[in-house]
Amino acid sequence: MNTNTSSVGAFLKKYTMVLALVAVAIFFSITTQGKILYPQNLNNLISQNGYVFVLAAGMLLCILTGGNIDLAVGSVVCFAGAIGAVMMQAGINMWLAVLVMLATGLAIGAFQGYWIAWVRVPPFIATLAGMYAFRGLSNVVLQGYAVSIDNKSFLNVFGGGADCYVPDFLGGGTLNLTCLVVGIAVAAIYLVMTLRKIAVQKRMGIHQSSVANFIQPAIISVLIVWATWKLAQYKGIPTVLIWISLVLLTYNYITTNTSIGRYLYAVGGNEKATALSGVNTNKVYFFAYANMGLLAGLAGILTVARAASAQPTYGQGYEMDAIASCFIGGASAYGGTGKISGVIIGAILMGLINQGMSIMGIDANYQRVVKGIVLLLAVMFDVLSKREKR
Amino acid sequence: MADILLGMKSITKTFPGVKALDNVNLEVERGEIHALVGENGAGKSTLMNVLSGIYPYGTYEGDIVYEGEVCKFNNIKDSERKGIVIIHQELALIPEMTIGENMYLGNERGKKFAIDWNTTYAEADKYLKMVGLTESSKVQVKTIGTGKQQLVEIAKALAKQARLLILDEPTSSLNEEDSRALLDLMLEFKKQGMTMIIITHKLNEVAYVADKITVIRDGTTIETLENHGPEPISEERIIKGMVGREMTNRFPKREGVKIGDVMMEVENWTVHHPLYPERKVVDNVSINVRKGEVVGIYGLMGAGRTELAMSIFGQSYGVNFSGKLKIDGKEIKMKKSEADAIRHKIAYVTEDRKGNGLVLSQSIKVNTSLANLNSISSHTVIDKDKEYAVAEEYREKLSIKTPSVEQLVGNLSGGNQQKVLLAKWMFAEPDILILDEPTRGIDVGAKYEIYCIINDLAAAGKSVIMISSELPEVLGMSDRIYIMNASKMIGEMKAEEATQENIMAAILQSGRGA
Repeated sequence: MNTNTSSVGAFLKKYTMVLALVAVAIFFSITTQGKILYPQNLNNLISQNGYVFVLAAGMLLCILTGGNIDLAVGSVVCFAGAIGAVMMQAGINMWLAVLVMLATGLAIGAFQGYWIAWVRVPPFIATLAGMYAFRGLSNVVLQGYAVSIDNKSFLNVFGGGADCYVPDFLGGGTLNLTCLVVGIAVAAIYLVMTLRKIAVQKRMGIHQSSVANFIQPAIISVLIVWATWKLAQYKGIPTVLIWISLVLLTYNYITTNTSIGRYLYAVGGNEKATALSGVNTNKVYFFAYANMGLLAGLAGILTVARAASAQPTYGQGYEMDAIASCFIGGASAYGGTGKISGVIIGAILMGLINQGMSIMGIDANYQRVVKGIVLLLAVMFDVLSKREKR
Repeated sequence: MADILLGMKSITKTFPGVKALDNVNLEVERGEIHALVGENGAGKSTLMNVLSGIYPYGTYEGDIVYEGEVCKFNNIKDSERKGIVIIHQELALIPEMTIGENMYLGNERGKKFAIDWNTTYAEADKYLKMVGLTESSKVQVKTIGTGKQQLVEIAKALAKQARLLILDEPTSSLNEEDSRALLDLMLEFKKQGMTMIIITHKLNEVAYVADKITVIRDGTTIETLENHGPEPISEERIIKGMVGREMTNRFPKREGVKIGDVMMEVENWTVHHPLYPERKVVDNVSINVRKGEVVGIYGLMGAGRTELAMSIFGQSYGVNFSGKLKIDGKEIKMKKSEADAIRHKIAYVTEDRKGNGLVLSQSIKVNTSLANLNSISSHTVIDKDKEYAVAEEYREKLSIKTPSVEQLVGNLSGGNQQKVLLAKWMFAEPDILILDEPTRGIDVGAKYEIYCIINDLAAAGKSVIMISSELPEVLGMSDRIYIMNASKMIGEMKAEEATQENIMAAILQSGRGA
């Protein structure tokens, strides 16, 4: 059955979006004369899109439960950020403000989750209601004005202002040594863990597809070192990258290694069968949406930190960026399939297209057109590749 | 004399990597009922899809000769225009629409922008009468039972001026009575000159209606049997062709049967319909099952068997429960929770493996562990190596045919899916297993394997309740048989006393009494 052509086909299918990402990167490298890969641009790519990674991780969990989305996240980002900004302007301790922002997000998520999980209000409607309500409340909290944030340590920790980078403890001069060392260390740890996993699986006699198992980690390690080397030439590790990494690692773990993660996939795949397996499916929905709220709170923190202010218009359209990243990253619009690694690729692809076109000087309105086309193409491919199977 | 209506000559259909049909030949005479039998995955449905144009001309090799001319169908519409109409296994009616709307869906009467509803309903009523339905074509499909829905499907086919009717597993969702009525209807149509092809797993039906039987195995035609003699063809003869060997015993013998104490007792169990709470779906039922015993529950579809089973399993069906549930002599106050039932060591293996049983988009591994994830995880973190080992263990134990336990369940055949479903519930380590139609829609070979698994479970001291609407299966497998009809338990028999006749007699009697 496994003829050579079908394994090439399987490879293409599995790595379509990676290949698309590579193609887009090459395209922009040419059209921008390599500017897109400048250290500063790479840095901006991460800093500007921090919220996308964080929101998309949460959105993936909602989508897994059956293609359900959360439309309210943009408004929640704004609302949580607004509360924090007002608190800090009043001189309240930044960590207390951070805690309140996260709690606000979580509470909103739990509130919406309650209606979705137990009352079974369709998620689209429950979160559409939230989208209106919290946009309005943000305006109320901010009284229609921008509130600036001048708490330096808040900005530094959450990726705003000029000093939001991990300081170079190793004193590398023009090259940020700490950044590079961290990158190499992370790549090394990753490699060792992967090799150990392969070894354990081999011992247990789990089927291996040999070569691919080594190529993929090797490429990822090289990319990590390459990225940190680039960043080291600029200002080092942006603090927001730490938050992004933390979120992505955590949610990758949750989706792949925990029972709640497993239940998310199971509910999206067949809710009735999951319920009959003794799983309380209401709790699964509730978890997905409460968690989405929490991450919206975190994204709110990152957003107001980056802008060093809160404004009633912040966060508009963020939900769509998150949703698009998930679908471009291969999550099924019917639920049950999707991965954090896919979400990462989806978010980077979107960010890269934005940035590439900005550098090329393309009008922002056209950028949206292109983003729309990319989303359509990605989902179209997903649907078509599934149809082929029959 | 042979007046060949349809000839399919040397049909070969290849999918990427698989030859689904290899040089298949099929000849159907005008006015006969031709049965197509074979195990799951043998290629019956593929062949019918070729015939009806779902796989268009050019994607297969060989010729379809219909009424003397070679046909090149590009889609279903093409074949339907010639009078070849296929009725699929799954009912394809839209519950919210009326019978008439359903019958003429895609085939509307009147003009494109002005449907002629009077003609629609008048014609629909005419065809409904032909299939023996007295319902008005203006009632919604959801208000009639599955047996009648199947008849509506046939009326719908007739409305398309069918001259060759293909019925794919027409009785798979019907009870014995409705099945018989349907088969008789087919014989009636035959008298009027209709030609039919029936695909079915139920060999007694084949022997009853078919004039000729073509056996397909592994994508090739094995033989075509005649069924004209005074004695209907024996089922063993057909099975021989299907599996390629003689199957002398369709039900494996149990060895060293040791039946112990009563494990579970259900007393005066009453359950009401979730949507119409005034209606009782289970009415004052009492049953028990002992350790190491296989108890069969026989009843027609809609008798309340599934409702009984699901209501015992954590009240997963129904409302307003009353009655007692005792496990190991102790009365259990069970909450409305499937998890609670699993904690009390009850497993319910659903009759609807695709709808209620399996997550088709996930692997065998994930499905196997789903009902008992806690046992392979600590603090909600799954030990994936352990999980793999468990899935492997059950794959071997139940001989699930798959290259790897990472295979998606949706890609497996029905029999293997059923085994995965069993694996999942065996891994939940229950003491009491309620198996609801454990062999529905799977082939003879896989059935035998499932029976062996059931016997092993009983031998290991588990209590097994097997719900089935196939009488031979209930008779062949059970130590004791309960008979259910119209929500009530109407009889209990030891295996030695039970026969096909006295079970059916019991049901008929209770029907008259009510």
